[in-house]
Amino acid sequence: MSTISRVDPAVPAGSTRALEHRRPLGDRSFAIIALASGLLVLVILVLIAITTSQQASSWFSAEGFNIFTRDWDPANNKFGALSFIYGTAITAVIALAMAVPVSVGIALLLTEVVPYRWSRPIVYVVDLLAVVPSVVWGLWGILVFAPWLQKIYTDIASGVGSAPVLGPLFGQPVSGASFFTAGIILAFMITPIVTSLSREVIATVPAIDREGAYALGATRWEMIRGAVWPHSQGGIAGAVLLGLGRAMGETIAVALVIGSSPVITSHLFAPGYSMPAVIANEFGESTGVFKAGLMGMGVLLFALTIIINVLARGVVERNARRKRGA
Amino acid sequence: MAVTTEPRQVDLREPAGWRRTKNRASTVLMVLSFVVVIIPLGFVLFTVIAKGASVIGWSFLTSGIPPSTTPLGTGGIGPAVLGTIEITALATVMAAPLGVLGAVYINEYGGKGPLAQVVRFMADVMTGVPSIIMGLFILSIWVLHFGFSGLAGAFALGCLMLPVVIRSTEEMLKLVPDALREGSYALGATKARVTVTVVLPAAIGGIVSGALLAVARAAGETAPLLFTILGGLSVVNTNVFHGADTALPLLIFTNASSPYVGAQSRGWGAALTLIAIAFILMIAARLVTARFARYSQ
Repeated sequence: MSTISRVDPAVPAGSTRALEHRRPLGDRSFAIIALASGLLVLVILVLIAITTSQQASSWFSAEGFNIFTRDWDPANNKFGALSFIYGTAITAVIALAMAVPVSVGIALLLTEVVPYRWSRPIVYVVDLLAVVPSVVWGLWGILVFAPWLQKIYTDIASGVGSAPVLGPLFGQPVSGASFFTAGIILAFMITPIVTSLSREVIATVPAIDREGAYALGATRWEMIRGAVWPHSQGGIAGAVLLGLGRAMGETIAVALVIGSSPVITSHLFAPGYSMPAVIANEFGESTGVFKAGLMGMGVLLFALTIIINVLARGVVERNARRKRGA
Repeated sequence: MAVTTEPRQVDLREPAGWRRTKNRASTVLMVLSFVVVIIPLGFVLFTVIAKGASVIGWSFLTSGIPPSTTPLGTGGIGPAVLGTIEITALATVMAAPLGVLGAVYINEYGGKGPLAQVVRFMADVMTGVPSIIMGLFILSIWVLHFGFSGLAGAFALGCLMLPVVIRSTEEMLKLVPDALREGSYALGATKARVTVTVVLPAAIGGIVSGALLAVARAAGETAPLLFTILGGLSVVNTNVFHGADTALPLLIFTNASSPYVGAQSRGWGAALTLIAIAFILMIAARLVTARFARYSQ
């Protein structure tokens, strides 16, 4: 009985494991090269964290928690980064306050209002904003836009005088290169990404939700409020977070138009400074702890943008998955 | 007895009164938000073209960079143009193949596995890392040991391009129908052969177009070059692998903060050149898409 073995017709005579043969060397090495290229992303991110932290270590050890004070005085070896953190935050908030409503407006215009053949040219135009390099925004900002804005700021400042709330925000001192100018330029720069992500999110709203709202007699606005908004708010929150990350890390345009003055003030029309801008402007002339401090601000910025991006991508992905599953 | 009334004409599309006002106001606001975007864009492009076109000429694009006090007319931006082309090309040569291979790993090999998902997620996150961080990174890991060079700048730009190429390539690979892969497996091809001779050629239009867009973005970046190539040169550095180099964005950055009119004008000329390069790459991307893209969304 045992002489009858199970014969696999696909196995040629003399070979027992023909179908399980080892994959050829070329095939295996290609798989390994592809894997290595994929892992490169993780390697680079880890290396960024390690090498920049090493270069910044003397700042962290020299200042300790003083890195979060407002004393920035390189001549006297005081390197508190608070005014730069403040500037980064305030310009990003100004940028978001302007860019988010506009971006969501354009996204709604594209998805809900205009016919398809019009939407493509509109997308091209909005994407053109992203094609203009940061440094060109800065060049235009400082030579053309800021002088023009200064007149407007002066008018507004004399208008509000020393009124409560408005005075401390929009009163004197006034400068063309200021927090507010940087915020406006940032708003231009982050509008394309917030628009395109919002549009992707809004496009996933099921047609049946829209049609249901219309069938109940809703106007387009009521349909947007009732069907599109509840469906997309999570995804749009993710888009806003990504815009925030971009606004915080944007360097050159801000370095040119923010005014380069490390102060913490409520005056939005006054010159200020931000973390990336101070790194770009002063790294070349710095030494020792000063240099480590600038590098350290880079580390803070890296950590902040990584956290924000992880959160944002998480929100966007979870939202997309939930909607797909629903 | 039955009262026959005329059926009232109801406009089903738009109710009257406050609801209509709100609806129309919302539409107006959406259109306005687009107008708000067009105005600054038009303003910037108009200024750059108006101020740059009068400066640009063949000798401007090729002669050496004069000191900033020099009035307009002598000198140009030659070394910066060459530097931008060299550094961007070198970055592309490094980042594009690695990016495509990374995407091949995510889409063809890793699939739904946890590692591939992590790589994909982190590539997304990496696109959000500020460009100045890439400059600081290459400074720490390369420039401090080997000095400033065009190569260091290319590393920094490559780090920026890598995740963008990965994500755009991956989107394109997803669009290649599985039937193509299965057909070639059925003919006995190995996975590497299927990927290289069937899947990648099928997606090549989208891959090239995505890479070109990544290059267009990288060419305009200033912050990563600031700490890697230094800038400030007046003559051409013929060796990309050694010594400080210069590039258009750095030149614009320096000249934008210069008080001299001549330097500012050269800045506008350089800005127009830079935007022109970005536009050419973008148009090339569209042409490639139109000509070669077989599978699109």
